Amino acid sequence: MTTTYEPNKVLSNEEFKVVGTRPIRPDGADKVTGRAQYGADYNPADLLYAKVLRSPHAHARIKSINVSKAESLKGVLAVVTGADTIAPKKGESADFGLGPQPMKYLRDNAIATDKVLYQGHAVAAVAAQDVHTAEEAVNLIEVEYEVLEPVLTAPEAMAKTAPILHPDLTTDEFGNSNVADHFQHKMGDIDKGFAEADVIVEREFDTATVHQGYIEPCNVTALWNDDDRIHVWLSTQGPFQYRDALALALDIPQSRVKVTPMEIGGGFGGKFPLYHELAAVLLSRKTRRPVKIVMTRAEVFGGTGPTSGSNVKVKMGATKDGRIVAAKTELRFEAGAYPGSPVGAAGMTSFAAYDIPNVIVDGYDVVVNKPKAGAYRAPGAPNAAFGIEQVIDELSKEIGVDPVEFRLQNCAKEGTRRADGPIHPKVGGIETLEALRDHDHYQSPLTPAKNGGKVGRGVAFGFWFNAGLQSTATISVNGDGTVNLVEGSPDIGGSRASISMQAAEVLGISADEVKPKVADTDSIGFSFGTGGSRTTFATGWAAYEAANDVKSQLIERAATIWGVDPNSVEMEEGVLRSKTDTELSMTFKELSAQLNDTGGPIIGRGSVNPAGVGGAFAANIVDTEIDPETGKVDILRFTMVQDAGKAIHPSYVEGQMQGASVQGIGWALNEEYYYSEKGTIDNSSFLDYRMPTSLDLPMIDTVIVEVANPGHPYGVRGVGEVSLITPQAGIANAITDAVGVRLESMPMKPSVVLDAINNQG
Amino acid sequence: MNSIDYIRPTTVDEAVSLLAKYKEKARVLAGGTDLIVQMRGGRYQLDAVIDGKHIEELNQLTYSKENGLVIGAAVPCHKIYGDENIASAYPGIMDSATLIGGIQIQGRASLGGNLMNAAPSADAIPALIAHNAVANIVGANGTRSVPVEDICSGPGRTTLDTGEILVSISVPAPSKGFGARYIRFIPRNEMDIAVAGAGVSVQLKNGKIEAARVALSSVAPTPLFVENAGNSLVGKEPSDENIQAAANLAKEAATPITDMRGTVEFRKHLCEVLTRRALHTAVERAREEN
Ligand SMILES: Cc1cc2nc3c(=O)[nH]c(=O)nc-3n(C[C@H](O)[C@H](O)[C@H](O)COP(=O)(O)OP(=O)(O)OC[C@H]3O[C@@H](n4cnc5c(N)ncnc54)[C@H](O)[C@@H]3O)c2cc1C
Repeated sequence: MTTTYEPNKVLSNEEFKVVGTRPIRPDGADKVTGRAQYGADYNPADLLYAKVLRSPHAHARIKSINVSKAESLKGVLAVVTGADTIAPKKGESADFGLGPQPMKYLRDNAIATDKVLYQGHAVAAVAAQDVHTAEEAVNLIEVEYEVLEPVLTAPEAMAKTAPILHPDLTTDEFGNSNVADHFQHKMGDIDKGFAEADVIVEREFDTATVHQGYIEPCNVTALWNDDDRIHVWLSTQGPFQYRDALALALDIPQSRVKVTPMEIGGGFGGKFPLYHELAAVLLSRKTRRPVKIVMTRAEVFGGTGPTSGSNVKVKMGATKDGRIVAAKTELRFEAGAYPGSPVGAAGMTSFAAYDIPNVIVDGYDVVVNKPKAGAYRAPGAPNAAFGIEQVIDELSKEIGVDPVEFRLQNCAKEGTRRADGPIHPKVGGIETLEALRDHDHYQSPLTPAKNGGKVGRGVAFGFWFNAGLQSTATISVNGDGTVNLVEGSPDIGGSRASISMQAAEVLGISADEVKPKVADTDSIGFSFGTGGSRTTFATGWAAYEAANDVKSQLIERAATIWGVDPNSVEMEEGVLRSKTDTELSMTFKELSAQLNDTGGPIIGRGSVNPAGVGGAFAANIVDTEIDPETGKVDILRFTMVQDAGKAIHPSYVEGQMQGASVQGIGWALNEEYYYSEKGTIDNSSFLDYRMPTSLDLPMIDTVIVEVANPGHPYGVRGVGEVSLITPQAGIANAITDAVGVRLESMPMKPSVVLDAINNQG
Repeated sequence: MNSIDYIRPTTVDEAVSLLAKYKEKARVLAGGTDLIVQMRGGRYQLDAVIDGKHIEELNQLTYSKENGLVIGAAVPCHKIYGDENIASAYPGIMDSATLIGGIQIQGRASLGGNLMNAAPSADAIPALIAHNAVANIVGANGTRSVPVEDICSGPGRTTLDTGEILVSISVPAPSKGFGARYIRFIPRNEMDIAVAGAGVSVQLKNGKIEAARVALSSVAPTPLFVENAGNSLVGKEPSDENIQAAANLAKEAATPITDMRGTVEFRKHLCEVLTRRALHTAVERAREEN
């Protein structure tokens, strides 16, 4: 018998009725017909259009701003500058997915007050009757700058002679410098560890600044109404965080701000922070009309939060029999213009996939003249893994053991302590590596070259901790046996489906009998944003709680109707029945029709802030072909394996894995902010910021491993991030396998690969 | 923000008098895949856009073995490669027409626009040079025909005078033993600007090279005709060594800059690799033609 190869596999242990199936998504019809309302589609009456003036310099002091010419242009209604913002109070902070950050910095990042700290930094904004007038008017604003020397990388910014970005930024260790933070995680005795090692590998890696590359540019429409209430419509991952940050920035109560999250065309972590929204609100305050700003692609590159470039030193030692005994890393991350790079998360995940007794992790958060870093899928972890997973590959080669077996032998499991403290609960690292090892791809010979180049194979492995945090949901029962589900998590990757399905499972109804709605901030309880792989886990759990609340009320209602004790009634697979009297039985649908006349409608609520977050592992295999004369790398075959805990809707888990793989391929091969010496970006367009096109990609095969997370009702772990950690290192390892050189910088673009080949010893 | 006149002449004479009226405040519109993007980017402050797509001469596409090929300046790529006779007779031009942009762009983009846009990276120009193409230009002072290699004078600049319009491009009919090839290097597999490119042609006779032409893209302020590289092959056999020598001459001739798309060294190196590879394919194609 021949078996056909399945490109997408789910290794499932437990089956449910709805959970684990692949129903049609509830937002599908609107999205494929173009009816879905994205932020840029929203055009209320009386709308004004605004444009932002941005700094042409990477580092400069603002000496003066003259807006009079702009203000007197016909069709201009208002101009705002940093002078129109409110000075934040000391100690106020907001969290956009990279930990709490001081409000002053967040405000200054939204509109510069004294200094501009990167090219693209917002300086002023103009609202006008049409976008062309606004565009013309911003160019009439006269800003006098004192241009200062820029500094662009973390190692340079840490040098004693480096230009200082913030005169008020100090640490005990460094005094006033560009270093915003230095932390260390330590476990065991590192010197003893290296002394035990038979093989030691030490290398230094650099990675470039990269952007999430979401297709929908950032957009906002803001209305400061005549009752002094503010309504903001925008593309955001975190409507509640936005609401709270805007309220802080404007020094008004939260309740005066209402945020309506529109459909979102990608975010990947980059649609959390405050960007041009503050300018839009301030312009509306002056005009009392709705004001809309839609960024151009160049503004997206220059004026939003990409992820950090970094410098990563790695030293690891192993014994001849394949045990990693010591590991050390120094992570120097560019925070961009204000403190707060993802170096913290990089520190938490470095080596966390492994069981290593002696570890030191040093992390430095360093400000440089680039856009303030935002979150980007598993923030920080890919930078560290690019180095660490290459060093592990090299160790395995030196010892002469298969790279997957080497990782299996050293894999973290339940009870393994991470260098940053936590002990792994039940995790699926070993199962993930085993699925990789047994996969057809790993068992097959190298994919043959397509264009006569050299081929090689690489693997890499990674861990991400995932997030829990607060979510709420409400469910109301309709008279026809369906329910309406209201939640507060913007749906970026199919979460309406995965959240509804968990409610449907509880109620014993089908997925399409749950109608989900992502509500505005006035209409549902606080819900932390869509990010950190948390939405299906936490908001799904809130929906599960809300459904259970509905279920127990349905049981009570049936008991009332039947005149029996509620404890004697149960509900299973959508049918209510007496445990003792077989005569007493009715379907959920039958009961729902009677609710209004038997005590009134039923609504359920769920609110969670769950512990029990389940970390996730991913591993990938990649075959590459390298043209040794040009250094160009082509991806021939790519397989991603990931532990989902439980895939609620496997298609959307596969989508996450494939999407992350594609982003990883782009990051590995071509994506970078290309800076001039003056610190200006030369490639802020999709033409020259080279994300992969469909012709650059093979089909990405996936394997979903399911090692249930005991901390979630259906065993869910987060799935949105971990598979971005491994592709870059996997590709680097494949290049080494093909041409025998180690790539110590990303992107591994043709000229870099060619230089490495030519400089080979 | 000023408003712009959009004018749609139907004769060359009408177009020429409009150009005389608006002077440098007007541009001719073909597919618009450069012009509209550049206007939105603020490159021009125009008073008029003169659409050439409704002028018969700019839409002609004729080919015969006797008289060769005439491509109207506004004919989109897909019409050119959609004609099987043209596609098989002009392999170098086909390489360019099928790789500019993608399918959607090729539905609009013209070779005339590619030439008049005069980008150093223009993918059609080296192939047109390799095929000995000539540009037919009309202005207030009449008609003139100029070899394509003499059209570009700097990035985005041509030797056309203000008020002149490109009407068509003529390409001689290839004879037996002719082969041509255009290849470019881009880091991705589509939607990119050439880091370097090479358009070449060879004319074989009795196993020897009777004539050869080499032109490069993206390695000088204009597409670069490397006459000595082609001439070095004349009278010789298309051997690996001879082709290598010609490729080395191409590399020497290149005067690229370092930018986000590549460094000087990398681009010069690519000139050698691409010229060598293109010549090998052109020779293969020439042999198939025998
Ligand atoms: C997404 C995308 C991808 C692209 N990819 C490539 C690529 O891979 N390779 C490449 O080389 N180019 C590429 N281009 C650029 C462009 O498509 C080509 O240069 C194309 O050939 C231009 O032709 P057009 O008909 O659109 O010219 P237009 O934009 O109409 O005109 C181009 C210029 O020529 C002038 N002009 C046009 N006709 C005449 C005339 N008859 N007389 C005088 N002047 C005239 C115009 O005023 C303008 O300055 C790409 C563009 C886009 C948007």
